[in-house]
Amino acid sequence: MLDHTPLPLAERSALTINPAKTCQPIGAMYAALGIHRCLPYSHGSQGCCSYHRSHLSRHFKEPVMAATSSFTEGSSVFGGQPNLLEGLNTVFTVYKPDVVAVHTTCLSETIGDDIPQIVGEARRQSIIPEGKYVIHANTPSYVGSHVVGFSNMCTSMASYFAERIETKPRSTDRRQVNIVPGFVDPSDMREVRRLTEATGLAVTMFPDTAGVLDTPQTGHHVFYPEGGVTVEELKNLGRGVATLALGYWASRDAAVEVENRADVPREILDLPIGIGGTDRFLKTLAFRGGQIPKALEYERGQLVDLMVDTQQHFYGKKVAIFGDPDHILALTEFCHDLGMVPVHLLTGTPGKRFAKEATRILGPKAAGANIQAKGDLFLLHQWIKNEPVDLLLGNTYGKHIARAEDIPFVRVGWPILDRAGHTLLPTVGYNGAVRLLSRMLDALLDRRDRDAPEHEFELVL
Amino acid sequence: MVKVLAGRARQVARAGSGATIEMDCEKQSVSGSVSQRACTFCGSRVVLYPIADALHLVHGPIGCAVYTWDIRGALSSGPELHRLSFSTDLRERHVIFGGERQLEESLLELIERHSPRAAFVYVTCIIGVIGDDVNAICRVVAERTGIPVIPVQSEGFQGSKKQGYDAACTALMSLVGTGEATGISAHSVNILGDFNLAGEIWIITEYLRRMGVEVVANITGDGRVDDIRRAHGAALNLVQCSGSTTALALAMQKKYGIPYQNVSYFGIDDMAAALYAIAEHFKDPTMLARTRELVAEEIAAVLPVVQECRAGLEGKRAAIYVGGAFKAISLVKALRLLGMRTVLVGSQTGSPDDYQYLAELCDPGTVIVDDSNPAELSSFLAEEQVDLFVGGVKERPLAYKLGVAFCDHNHERKLPLEGFVGMANFAREVKASVCSPVWQFAPRHQVRAVQEQTCQEVAR
Repeated sequence: MLDHTPLPLAERSALTINPAKTCQPIGAMYAALGIHRCLPYSHGSQGCCSYHRSHLSRHFKEPVMAATSSFTEGSSVFGGQPNLLEGLNTVFTVYKPDVVAVHTTCLSETIGDDIPQIVGEARRQSIIPEGKYVIHANTPSYVGSHVVGFSNMCTSMASYFAERIETKPRSTDRRQVNIVPGFVDPSDMREVRRLTEATGLAVTMFPDTAGVLDTPQTGHHVFYPEGGVTVEELKNLGRGVATLALGYWASRDAAVEVENRADVPREILDLPIGIGGTDRFLKTLAFRGGQIPKALEYERGQLVDLMVDTQQHFYGKKVAIFGDPDHILALTEFCHDLGMVPVHLLTGTPGKRFAKEATRILGPKAAGANIQAKGDLFLLHQWIKNEPVDLLLGNTYGKHIARAEDIPFVRVGWPILDRAGHTLLPTVGYNGAVRLLSRMLDALLDRRDRDAPEHEFELVL
Repeated sequence: MVKVLAGRARQVARAGSGATIEMDCEKQSVSGSVSQRACTFCGSRVVLYPIADALHLVHGPIGCAVYTWDIRGALSSGPELHRLSFSTDLRERHVIFGGERQLEESLLELIERHSPRAAFVYVTCIIGVIGDDVNAICRVVAERTGIPVIPVQSEGFQGSKKQGYDAACTALMSLVGTGEATGISAHSVNILGDFNLAGEIWIITEYLRRMGVEVVANITGDGRVDDIRRAHGAALNLVQCSGSTTALALAMQKKYGIPYQNVSYFGIDDMAAALYAIAEHFKDPTMLARTRELVAEEIAAVLPVVQECRAGLEGKRAAIYVGGAFKAISLVKALRLLGMRTVLVGSQTGSPDDYQYLAELCDPGTVIVDDSNPAELSSFLAEEQVDLFVGGVKERPLAYKLGVAFCDHNHERKLPLEGFVGMANFAREVKASVCSPVWQFAPRHQVRAVQEQTCQEVAR
């Protein structure tokens, strides 16, 4: 009864059913959590903040702290300035953050609140203590998606803090790269850092939610955990030899902003998910002065070994992938590299580039594939009904489809509301690819075992 | 001592020995606080969402639809249209030029494809600001399709969930009374304010059936449009979760003369009290006899489980932070039955009377809070040496971080916690979390274990 999706493709113009995206502010909130001692601040009705915190909590299994302007009927008519002033006062008096990262909502955008002007007013009224910062990003919910909101807040970090640094590095200084890691888990950010540091480079990663949303059980609730990029580090972005943007949608604009403000060249890469993406990431690090150590070559070799050992189970298998564009493109390449056939690729995030990139990755296989940006899961379900797949990759919202069509399903991306461990175990890098491959293999072979007639049900596969 | 936000001093109190407490509740959260509260839209969505054969269309940008998509149990014994997420997904051009056409097309398309019995259109924050005439669109579509199309005035900025409950009740009132109310027993009720999160309504309905009471409409759980349309034919409204549906009960009382009764189905005491109150209302001696029999039978089945669980829970300390104060009251009693002491109790939306009642019910010294926040809650949890936290989605990770056992008594519960059998489930769930071996590895408990050992050694 949960399946309300008809087989014939419905012509739709005015409506989204079972979305494959959400709104900008939640992405901005997640990004802001990756600044050390930062309190994200939602300038809108209190429900927005509450929903975003709950949703992030469900994925990260961690308390998520953020404040809200708690708009009232009055603010929706006369503007939210009094709320933001009072809110900043409360925040700095009670919660004492180093940074407040304000993001807007559909409501405050529509009524036209000018955040820099209000923050300026707060400064004049001495609401913002000396040495504390308020940054902001405009994140109208009716433009883009959560990925765009994430990108906007990352960009804002660069525009508020990045500056040209004229002093030459000393010969003893380690070379520094800046990395915008994309809308990925803290486990992934931790792994990107490990890989980078293994090449001998120093890294400034922004945002960095490792140490914020993957903290150990200590018996205490720490309002501002140890992790997160510091303001000091952000001010020193100009010391980087390059800024690597991992993922075009989530990270590109921030890297461009660093380039514009601090004269640090940008490198736009895919997310380092799978073998190709990780290779290109490490090659870029090497190009920027890193040394690829034997240990990483060994990790790569192990991944290739696993791919070889299991290729027969993947070749020719049809896969549908949905979620955020940066994730989908990287996963598509990895599936393609494994010999699978990605037949349905769908993101809710708008952007013409998605289809172009997906087509490029698929090459000759693109001809038969359904590729759609600005889509929804109703459409994906219709595609799958019309052309079934062997495997579904995506966030938790795929489970309705997986059940209705009885498809093996591997959870990857954001949000994952019904499983745990993803915040601690990475998907990026060679080790992440090993984990991903092994989960995909488990899903395919569990299904094969389940469906095998008794005489074909075997111990060795 | 726990630091309480300036301006919140009068929203925190301690139960004394009979003294009156004055809680300054029912006010808007302070701007800039990390409030645990949600908005008006959320309140409306909660009440109407479980109507399973209606179309629920969220008119606004995508977020509001996403965050309320199948995130809470609203079990249906039949249609499941409510579990899909429908949004007009307004974009920038609609904010400039209006979203009326978008709304109308969406409604027409969805009603044609899914043939719902009614449609609810949720108005979100910006709709009023951009000036869409939602009422007019709903009227037009209702005429064209022949089903009720009901606007729900749930702009988030109106306030907290409470205002949303009222908007939902107003929407429901436009359905009630539009159906044929013939052939309904004189011993009949509507069930208001139970959301069938994990199948509770089915338990309650079964009790009522055994008592000889007809259920006309279970309005807010496993709900059906046609039942609600004839709900005015019922003889009595049962109101649980008083915050959400009292407005509907009052409106039905005023318009149709139907009396209502506040009930709680949670815990053995309150469940039994609810059933007796219903039987007494109908003044039917045989019904009362049947009820006595039912209560005795059910309690007999449940008590052994409670006793068994109590063994591991005796003397443990509990904290409660839930949406409505009525539930908090039942929880204090239920925990007492398990041998546990409530040392902190709070709600998002309680009234002064609720808090006064709590102050009288709880042991002296119990902390009572209104509209709390994570910093405050976690300080209290630590200071009061709490063993169990009963709360909702935002409280769970907080409890776990502190090394405190947790029971979700909100919409992420997976077992029915109402009715007599619900008490057994609650006991099992509390025991499972409090007595889990994982806590021994949590630093907080290691510290406590060392302290206890030292105490014992000193005593020796």
